[in-house]
Amino acid sequence: MIAAGPLRRSLSGLTAAFALLAAAMVWAGDLAVRGDIVYPVSGDPIENGVVLIRDGLVQRVGPADRVRIPDGVRVLEAAVVTPGFVDARTTIGLSGIYGGREGQVRDQDQLETSDPVQPDLDPVDAYNAQDPLVAWVRQYGVTTMHTGHGPGAVVSGRTMVVKTRGRTVEDALLERDTALAITLGESSSRNFESPGTRAKSVALLRAAFVAAQGYRDKLGGDNPPGRDLAKEVLLAVLEGDMKAMITAHTITDIAAALRLKEEFGLDLLLDGAASAHLLTDELLEADVPVLLHAPMLRAGGEAKNASFEAAQRLREAGVRFALQTGFEGYVPKARVLLFEATIAAANGLGLENTLRAITLTPAELLGIDDRVGSIERGKHGDLVLFDGDPFEYTTHVCGVVIEGDLVSDSCW
Amino acid sequence: MSKRRICLPGAALALCWAAAAASADVTVLRNATIHTVSGDPIASGALVFDGPRIVEVGSSAAIATPDGARELDLTGKVLIPGLVDSHSHLGGPSGGDRSDPLSPDARSLDAIDVMSRGFWRARAGGITTINVMPGSGHLMSGQTTYLKIRKDPRRIEDWLFCDDATSGICGSMKMANGTNSIKDKPFPGTRSRSAALQRKLFVDAQSYLEKLERAREKGEAMPRDLRLEAVAQILSGERRVQFHTHRHNDIMTVLRLAAEFDLDPVIQHGSDSWKVAEEIAAAGVPVSLTYIDSPGGKEEALGWNMRVATILDEAGVDVSLNTDDYILDSRLFLRYGAMTVRYGLAPRKALEALTLAGARALELDERVGSLEPGKDADFVVLSGDPFSSYTQVEQTWVEGEIVYDRSIPEHRRFAVGGEDTYDAHYHTHEGVGR
Repeated sequence: MIAAGPLRRSLSGLTAAFALLAAAMVWAGDLAVRGDIVYPVSGDPIENGVVLIRDGLVQRVGPADRVRIPDGVRVLEAAVVTPGFVDARTTIGLSGIYGGREGQVRDQDQLETSDPVQPDLDPVDAYNAQDPLVAWVRQYGVTTMHTGHGPGAVVSGRTMVVKTRGRTVEDALLERDTALAITLGESSSRNFESPGTRAKSVALLRAAFVAAQGYRDKLGGDNPPGRDLAKEVLLAVLEGDMKAMITAHTITDIAAALRLKEEFGLDLLLDGAASAHLLTDELLEADVPVLLHAPMLRAGGEAKNASFEAAQRLREAGVRFALQTGFEGYVPKARVLLFEATIAAANGLGLENTLRAITLTPAELLGIDDRVGSIERGKHGDLVLFDGDPFEYTTHVCGVVIEGDLVSDSCW
Repeated sequence: MSKRRICLPGAALALCWAAAAASADVTVLRNATIHTVSGDPIASGALVFDGPRIVEVGSSAAIATPDGARELDLTGKVLIPGLVDSHSHLGGPSGGDRSDPLSPDARSLDAIDVMSRGFWRARAGGITTINVMPGSGHLMSGQTTYLKIRKDPRRIEDWLFCDDATSGICGSMKMANGTNSIKDKPFPGTRSRSAALQRKLFVDAQSYLEKLERAREKGEAMPRDLRLEAVAQILSGERRVQFHTHRHNDIMTVLRLAAEFDLDPVIQHGSDSWKVAEEIAAAGVPVSLTYIDSPGGKEEALGWNMRVATILDEAGVDVSLNTDDYILDSRLFLRYGAMTVRYGLAPRKALEALTLAGARALELDERVGSLEPGKDADFVVLSGDPFSSYTQVEQTWVEGEIVYDRSIPEHRRFAVGGEDTYDAHYHTHEGVGR
């Protein structure tokens, strides 16, 4: 569905290769996209809309008859245009495509099992910007990911926000130290000798935060202690400079997460939360948003309450939520946000609410909505181009744009 | 007796019917769009069944309702055959244990729990016939079981296709190569050893058959060997092989074994099958795909290609789909057909891959997989286009009886989940969740 601009169309063969190279230099970050429907998400859908991107940022968005496209700017066309998707929680880039945990292929860096509490682990030191799964999810519209250390340890490390581009993490990084990744529930007990119980998990966490409080008190005293990298991170969480993202699926574990928020004043993001739709009053009362599990998450075990309708039920109750893909240990190794969102859309959430849950809402919850999440002047020129309803099984993503660059140009 | 028009679509049919007299066994479903799979779609079609069997399918206008038959108006609905899942692990099947990488004598039918809630996922997804298999952690993990998930089962016998659970051949044989079955002794450590152990077993079964023949000629009795007896059924063409295989060279090893021992395998998974599509087509071997959303998770699945179904179909390979539940979700089986359409397969072929091609993979196509006179009255009532994400499975019928009705809350919960719906023992197979 992509029609290249007139200049490019007239070129062929070798000339085209050279011209494209030249074009890339001249036009890097400049692009216009016309859509039969453009969903800015921050505002009403625009029929026959145009998005103009200059220097990688959105310069104009509006009806085609009101947005002039400067001469020489490449124009793409699509049936539907949406903002680039923001995956609210994944481990892609740390949890690699192989799933290798032993031998020569070890690409599972999302979980370190030497200690159940390791706040000093920085995902920047493990992120593989060139893992094939990054490109895989990008071709389906993910332009921004909240990724990092995974579930499975009381504190598994930290998270960050990256764009799905770049050769190195430095190229990709949008924000560092977004959240501390905490897990409550049975998985920590499977991966460590201790904690062996839910109560012990919470006890370890409380002990860590209390120790960080003591560290803070000493920092202000006459005999300041030497640097403690782990406590510095915990302190950042206590000071509200870093979010606490707690993975919790059962009612018991979600309630414990709310208790911890209360006790330590955490800026809490609830992750996974397969029972969240059963605790909406409590979540509203505590004003806690949810990074809701992938709708196709396998229902069973701790996720026994998982429901295709969970997203719609949270929306009806007024709980703020974003959709995410989470962590997968086996096959398929990565979930695709678009496909997951489709299940929520088809189970009551509908097109526009679903779109918001994978664009602007996650950007807001992660505190990056000044840069991504909607098609608005001054934000990143991140777009997804479709040949029909984004949430129909049989339509395609036919283009993905990151900061004005077409990073995926075939139909997927 | 005059004909009775009973309830409107969308109502709780089971309840409506309970209120009606149950004298006649003939039912006529009218005015639906019918995809028979074996023939052209019928825009305003009627399906007639007598008890468990289909009597007639055709244009609604051309089919009269017999006296005393019940009649149901399905205007606006879409009717498709009950789906056939040629690879599933619902019901907690098991096969061999760690003592032997080759366990042909282990029967999954001795382990399957027919009351498992997992089977509700299948009903909610429109699946009516399932090949439940032991896992892929063995070179030969055991005998699979073909199930018809009829109403209110009490024991596995209620669901079998075979006549006798003890003496009959009630399914295929599950085999595997590649990485899953490579592990510590007594399992193989390499691909070559894997194939060598499989060849040895088939050679042993050949000798067993020869000895059996000699004993028969002499009129002597020979002690039974349950392992070789089951393998001999493969050699004699009575039992099919469902072969877990992903990487292109592993697939070629399957074709080599098939040629050497005259096996009749189905390639299961076949992540790399698109790379050797011509070879697979030339061997006449069908492929049952597990249509995952991304590659990887293990080395042998790195080559997954979203266009695989289209490439195989163009090469002339008979393509079916499976859930490998719990790898994929039985409730969303239609979705995987839609995904093949997304990547170029004709919708008609995609529907065939979910039904008749699956039936062929299980050699059950005389009974299920399409809506034809004489076949089982297994069908699904859909709210719309089979491959739209917004379409719901409204009802699933097995042999003329409703086994799932979305308008009944106790059934609907199995489609959407939530509130302990799938709290029952959850199946995991080897290699999952490590």
